[in-house]
Amino acid sequence: MRAKGMLIDTTRCIGCRGCQVACKQWNKLPGENTTFFGGPGYQNPARLSPKTWSLVAYNELNTKNGFDWVFLRRQCMHCNEPSCASACLVKALEKTPEGPVVYHEGKCMGCRYCMIACPFDIPKFEYEKAIPSIRKCSFCFDRQQQGEGPACAKTCPTGAIQFGVRDELLDEAKTRIYVEPHRYVQHVYGEHEAGGTSVLYLSNAPLDELGMPKPEELGTTPFPALTEGFLSMVPLVIIVWAGFLGGLHLLMQRREEIAAAEAAAEREIQKTEEDQS
Amino acid sequence: MSGAAVPVESKNKLLTPFNVIGGLFVIVAFGIAVVRFTKGLGAVTNLNDEFPWGLWIGFDVLCGVALAAGGYTIAAAVHIFRLKQYRPILRPAILTGFLGYFFVVIALLVDLGRPWRIVYPVFYTYGVASVMFLVAWHVFLYLTCQFIEFAPAIAEWRGWDVARRWLLRLEIGACIAGVILSTLHQSALGALFLLAPTKLHPLWYSPLLPMFFFLSSIIAGLSMVILESTLSHRYFKEQTDPRHAKGLGRLQLGLAEAASLALLSYFFLKWIGVAHGLHWNLLGTSMGVWFLLEVFGFILLPCLLYAKAVREKNVRLVQFTSVLTVAGIILNRLNVSIIGFRWDSVAHYVPRWSEFVITIAIVMFAIFTFRWIVTRMPVLSEHPDYKLTDVS
Repeated sequence: MRAKGMLIDTTRCIGCRGCQVACKQWNKLPGENTTFFGGPGYQNPARLSPKTWSLVAYNELNTKNGFDWVFLRRQCMHCNEPSCASACLVKALEKTPEGPVVYHEGKCMGCRYCMIACPFDIPKFEYEKAIPSIRKCSFCFDRQQQGEGPACAKTCPTGAIQFGVRDELLDEAKTRIYVEPHRYVQHVYGEHEAGGTSVLYLSNAPLDELGMPKPEELGTTPFPALTEGFLSMVPLVIIVWAGFLGGLHLLMQRREEIAAAEAAAEREIQKTEEDQS
Repeated sequence: MSGAAVPVESKNKLLTPFNVIGGLFVIVAFGIAVVRFTKGLGAVTNLNDEFPWGLWIGFDVLCGVALAAGGYTIAAAVHIFRLKQYRPILRPAILTGFLGYFFVVIALLVDLGRPWRIVYPVFYTYGVASVMFLVAWHVFLYLTCQFIEFAPAIAEWRGWDVARRWLLRLEIGACIAGVILSTLHQSALGALFLLAPTKLHPLWYSPLLPMFFFLSSIIAGLSMVILESTLSHRYFKEQTDPRHAKGLGRLQLGLAEAASLALLSYFFLKWIGVAHGLHWNLLGTSMGVWFLLEVFGFILLPCLLYAKAVREKNVRLVQFTSVLTVAGIILNRLNVSIIGFRWDSVAHYVPRWSEFVITIAIVMFAIFTFRWIVTRMPVLSEHPDYKLTDVS
């Protein structure tokens, strides 16, 4: 199985938000009541939410080619080794071999540890519902299983969102940088970030200036490795502690028995001595 | 041979200020819980997608578990290290521990999105790669251990001779299992935050987080036992064996000595954490000052105060220091889970009033339960028909 991926080239994005609409349509997500907010003016809504899994974030800033708009489409990164799935104690979040990180509503307890663990802040919780779930982009896993690409990639009119085999898209991204070095920041965001992600970004401005976490903060080791060390110590601690504490208990008990026996013997000797005298 | 072993005098005085205020909190909390379970967490909390964990996890769960560590600490001292002089404070320590964990679970039931699935990790679906999975199993198993350790008191109260004998045979096993489970889940609560390196402030984020949480739980446990025994001897005089009351000061000095040593190790470990991450430059920032306050004011200061108190045999100072130490542990857990978590956020989480009410009500509920039990069962003194000293 060659894992699927997605290449998002912000320099090709015109900010039409067709992907946002296609995502809502396919996943039957309701609209949001939105208000004008300070900051990047035309962006709507302000942030990802349980109802909005895909969002075009508007940024106006100094790029490689002067002051310009940069449209950064946000969605789940579908990490190669996702932090959220390793955080989930009931396997409600699962990394599929095909690439998508999917959510099983029937298992979720609503503990929200996945939200703490995700460095990209993707899982969202339904705080307004009596029976809440975690909601997030599924990489259109249902469509992928039918041989189709995600709704957002399908609908993109400029080819800013491309769906395909991750390895091939990575080659494509590097080729684009090689062919047009003046156009791009020399970095494919997602190639190594947090151990690599299914979603890859090309941009004319560093992605951390567009609201994504800094690559040096994310590191290149997969997040699950952060707790693997601790968890691998567990069996050792159990065995060593059980042996040590059990042994210590027996030792102390034996010592008390010996002390008691010695005291008894002492009394015995004293008694016989008294009898003799 | 049934009924209360100890006289219940306070039974008739129901309308004390403490009861009235505590009762009010519990009633209002029930109202809030109704809103929470019909309208969702957003209706009663300030939690949001940026701050998914708030006061209920930061205080009720993290502090609750740390402060309930007295159970395993004293059990290890008595059963494993055979320091039998601590026997009189073992049962209240185990009761405090058991109730602590029990009410942590109650708080979790309020906080979880779908609380009825709390049993899933034990009976249905196993996310073994998760630190939270370990916490879930351990809290479940440790509650069982603590119940076994406390159950002889119930058996003595009801006069179930056979049950008591069987339960006492399980005591050592339950104690050793309890120490193992506590070592792992106390540290696991710190390990939970290992997955948030980009969100937790670097002065609190460290690969040593599990060690910090484990070591500080011992400190919390010892200090809580000092605090709890001080309060018990004050408010449950009739239930307390006068011989135990006389020896209490000496026991508290012993606990203070252990706590002082543990605090000293913890103090140095905290600095190893800073050195490990090379975060010296952050000490000058405002969060750095906050960190220094925690490390000097709530770790080194109580360490020195305990040491001074032990040296001068000053029991009052030990009791005062226990309050300071407990406050320090609470501060640490809140720093990790709330204050230092996304410290740079423009709209930082502050708990809503209803979150405080639920938290206070749960604490009140725990105190009421503690009182109900110690006024009936042989906890603060031995049952006249069953001498603990002839066991083990």
